[in-house]
Amino acid sequence: MSASPAKFDPSRAAKFMLKHGHSAKIGLSYHAHGADWVELELPWRDDLVGEVERGILASGPIISLLDMASGLSIWTATGEFIAIATLDLRVDYQRPARKGAALIGHVECYRLTKSAAFVRGFAHDGDPSDTVATMSGTFMSIKQDPRNV
Amino acid sequence: MSEPQPSPGTLTAYAQSLGIVFHSVEDGAPVLSFEFSGDVEGRPGHLHGGATSGLLETAGYALLRNELARLERTHRLKPINITVQFLNAGKQRTTYAKARITKLGRRNANISVEAWQDDRDRPIATAIMNILMAEQDSPA
Repeated sequence: MSASPAKFDPSRAAKFMLKHGHSAKIGLSYHAHGADWVELELPWRDDLVGEVERGILASGPIISLLDMASGLSIWTATGEFIAIATLDLRVDYQRPARKGAALIGHVECYRLTKSAAFVRGFAHDGDPSDTVATMSGTFMSIKQDPRNV
Repeated sequence: MSEPQPSPGTLTAYAQSLGIVFHSVEDGAPVLSFEFSGDVEGRPGHLHGGATSGLLETAGYALLRNELARLERTHRLKPINITVQFLNAGKQRTTYAKARITKLGRRNANISVEAWQDDRDRPIATAIMNILMAEQDSPA
């Protein structure tokens, strides 16, 4: 038996993955993880606001937060870094996030099939039972299709 | 004939930080765009799904705000939900988005949005948004 590659570790992977591109732009950072879930943190920042008068975070960064946590939860559940593409993502907004509060995005990969991964999650600003948003999404493995890589 | 051009000042701080600008007006609907840059990059060389979603959503709000202004209605807009379908990988090109109001009710609006790059007939993503139109100073 050949040595298997190291199991995907989101706490380590996040260190470099979140340092580039859009994730770095909005300031995402690693928060916690379990066997099939990952939590990332989105800071409250002036340049992420959608409603200046009330200091309400735009919903766009919340989608980005949950999208990134989705990918990491899938790699955590599979134990390996595979190429995936988001098929669809739905976000329901329950209430605005409190001004100045960082958001935690929690996403679990609750089901894996040969070619698809199903995730669900939520975002909160301190109390996980009082969600700011809930989400669900579907991702496809794209390792079989070089056209999309 | 000239259609009213919304001013960039009406874009949110978040939209401006992603480099989203008003590109043009088509059939009365604003076409928004952003250039590819590190700020909107996900997988190396490709658009981040979250950034694409941000552009789609901004185009949806821009159209709804325009339409409400035209009807002289004032509301606070609050997102109810958004469903984004990702159809093709976004490449290192300019990305455009334009919305259509499917239903404009008294309290909520249903809006569909499309984002594309080189080929208008090959959208990279579409979204359906439900937006609550609250009274200007009501709590919800």
